Amino acid sequence: MSIDLSQFHQVFFEESFEGLQLMESSLLELDCASPDGETINAIFRAAHSIKGSSSTFGFGAVAEFTHVLETLLDQVRVGSRGLTPEIVDLLLRSVDCLSGMLRSLQAGTALDTAQSRELIAAFNAILANQVAAPVAATKPAPAMPEPAPAGGQHWLITFIPHTNILRTGNEPARMLRELAELGPLQCTALLDRLPEFSALTPEECHIGWCIHLTTAEDKRKIEEIFEWVADESDLKIEPAAVVAPVQPAAVPVVAALPQAPSLVALETLAEAVDVADKLDVPAKQVRATESTSIRVSIEKIDSLVNLVGELVITQSMLGQLGTEFDMSRLARLQEGLAQLEHNTRELQENVMRIRMLPISFTFSRFPRMVRDLSRQLGKKVELKLSGEQTELDKTVMEKIGDPLVHLVRNSLDHGLETPAERRAAGKPETGIITLNAYHQGGNITIEISDDGRGLNRERIRAKAIASELIGADDPLSDEQIQDLIFQPGFSTAEQVTDVSGRGVGMDVVRRNILELNGSIDVKSVAGVGSTFTIRLPLTLAILDGQLIQVGDQVYIIPLVSIVESLQPDLALVNRVAGGCDVFRLRNEYIPIIRLAEIFGIAPRNEGLEKCLLVVVEAGNAKVALVVDDLLGQQQVVIKSMEANYRKVEGISGATILGDGTVSLILDITDLIQMAGVRQQLKSGLKLVSDRSRVAIR
Amino acid sequence: MNSAEQRAHEIANADVSVRSRDQQDQFLTFIMAGEEYGVDILQVQEIRGWENVTPIPNAPAHIKGVINLRGTIVPIVDLRQRFGLQRAEYGPVTVVIVLKVATRKGSRVMGIVVDAVSDVYSLSADDMKEAPDLGDNVNTSYIRGLVNVASKMVILLDINELLGADTIPEVSVSALQELKNRSDQH
Repeated sequence: MSIDLSQFHQVFFEESFEGLQLMESSLLELDCASPDGETINAIFRAAHSIKGSSSTFGFGAVAEFTHVLETLLDQVRVGSRGLTPEIVDLLLRSVDCLSGMLRSLQAGTALDTAQSRELIAAFNAILANQVAAPVAATKPAPAMPEPAPAGGQHWLITFIPHTNILRTGNEPARMLRELAELGPLQCTALLDRLPEFSALTPEECHIGWCIHLTTAEDKRKIEEIFEWVADESDLKIEPAAVVAPVQPAAVPVVAALPQAPSLVALETLAEAVDVADKLDVPAKQVRATESTSIRVSIEKIDSLVNLVGELVITQSMLGQLGTEFDMSRLARLQEGLAQLEHNTRELQENVMRIRMLPISFTFSRFPRMVRDLSRQLGKKVELKLSGEQTELDKTVMEKIGDPLVHLVRNSLDHGLETPAERRAAGKPETGIITLNAYHQGGNITIEISDDGRGLNRERIRAKAIASELIGADDPLSDEQIQDLIFQPGFSTAEQVTDVSGRGVGMDVVRRNILELNGSIDVKSVAGVGSTFTIRLPLTLAILDGQLIQVGDQVYIIPLVSIVESLQPDLALVNRVAGGCDVFRLRNEYIPIIRLAEIFGIAPRNEGLEKCLLVVVEAGNAKVALVVDDLLGQQQVVIKSMEANYRKVEGISGATILGDGTVSLILDITDLIQMAGVRQQLKSGLKLVSDRSRVAIR
Repeated sequence: MNSAEQRAHEIANADVSVRSRDQQDQFLTFIMAGEEYGVDILQVQEIRGWENVTPIPNAPAHIKGVINLRGTIVPIVDLRQRFGLQRAEYGPVTVVIVLKVATRKGSRVMGIVVDAVSDVYSLSADDMKEAPDLGDNVNTSYIRGLVNVASKMVILLDINELLGADTIPEVSVSALQELKNRSDQH
């Protein structure tokens, strides 16, 4: 039995996808006229690693495909072949093909080799110095048997020594060296005969080799090398018909990943347990595609180790103080506690930072996407990225990817004009899309801006009136109009393209962002461009909260959803027919939700006059929560209620306050639903637009 | 504690084989309304005194609330109320047994409030008698069995059945309400 390699599959896939990403971004950077040698090397190394490890794991199709790719890359690398846009295109398509193959391997589904065979044919055509096959070729060109190049004849040698070959004094490595002297050779180790690790003996040889050799010498010469071992091995020497020129003397064993040598793969406990489970279970387990491991730079770990060291010192100092304490040392105790607090906070921040990844992980997919889309749409686009090193919580990053893709697609499709239109408007033909990320306070801000035509105020307005989102003559400010594009079912695109315009877009984007406790808004100037600004909390594990008192309970409202807090003026509180109280705040009527009533607890104050109103916003609705008191603001660590109990309506989680008690965090969206004010809210809206002619969003 | 009877039993068991001794399970018992109940000791995580809980809004009456157990949020169930017994005042001797409960969705940690902790018994499966059928009105699915220890009856509880099913309704209350509304309309 061979070593169970399946336990390493996850690592292989992760590394290969990383390699593919690197290849893709490097390919996009390449300038065909004067290719940068280092970039080509990087692409080559990535391809080489994938080839090496995929053949190690027995993914022959991937290895075979990468091999052809590598051959071409090698020629470009050594300069024997110029780089053309066709080659870059072909390479990019192969990256897609490879990632498709890897994904289906990962999911354990059958490989579709049609595309790879087609691409291999295209590669072979290029390698045979023929005119490059058209990139969009639909039928695979038959692989041409190549004439033997000047280098000589190709030989395929299968050399499987018997296990006792070492005892007879023969050394396979020496023979391989001798073979290498005849000409360039490529050698793949056959590991299928490897016994279990515990059964390995150093005196036995379990490895076989499959050797591609290109040599001017004849078969006799090759046979001579193996003359002494003919009886102790299975040897097959046959001329190979189609073998691409191989790179010199490559001996692909398990190739080490070239990039990121200083990274340590930290795995969550769950993953560790998972792996432990998998050791017992036979392979072929379909894993969720969402990866559960995270790469953390060694610097971050070191700084954590340092901080823990400091914490231990502080602790021992305090411990010593405690054993022989008298009041004269009070000052030192306070000093020690202050230091402890400092250490703890720093440790907390650093631990949180482990979950942080640079946003370039998300940004890196855009150059490719913009390149493909701009061709498809016939637009000239330059993509500018900045702030790629801005760090963001991994979970947040995974969830923000799709909304960002949507926004960039939108900018390309709706925002930017065609080159002709741009010329007419006196702008340069090439449009610019800028992605920018930076930290601001406890938030990360991501901006997507374009210098296109901007939002068309009139068209949005007309559309909104047509779909009855607003009245025909509601006076709306520019911001209010721009905000309409986030309404469900709203699209101003005249034609539905496969890029955008189906109207299932911006509202979903906004909803996704709100789910992350973030916000999105848009600024646009007609003819100059639009900028979408997304603000997100840095992490989902910590939240800025407002502590409130209802009855004898303390609850927490996420600070981001609070619009304002105020003491109600009873004259402004009205009861609408449905039995729902509304409160007039400047020009809006806001439904009032009594928390005590919803949660079934006795309020401290019966009437409204002694209470406070906290105006909160969720989705597109504003409501006012009646609370007995506002206590204070603090950062709270979010704990799950579901872990040991279940989802509680109106509650998004719990946290532990300074005194060790548990406090529940309110889920505003849920609360609004619970209070059943959705319906009243709508009639409230109507009331607003009828009476004061000002629409709220 | 029990007397010569169990000792004799133990000695007899020890003579038979090591294996049958292994088959003995240990149970932690507690007192509630004068009756003695037992739970598998392997499921007991810790025993602690009653402390104030944070109530969960709109939870069933027997879910008293949640506590902070070294950073984990743990719900507390009043077993008296769960069994429909008279509520007792919580005092200094009121005890919370923290249990690991296996549910369909994985393992959970929950606490039960009981009057007092009693003893630990080693019992083998042979000692256990099935709960008698008490008719349709009484649900006995969470009773693992009844056992006599020193002429006293101990009710062995199946904690997974008792607490696992209880707190994880498959349909939320609002969904139920909706279903009801819908059927009213038809």
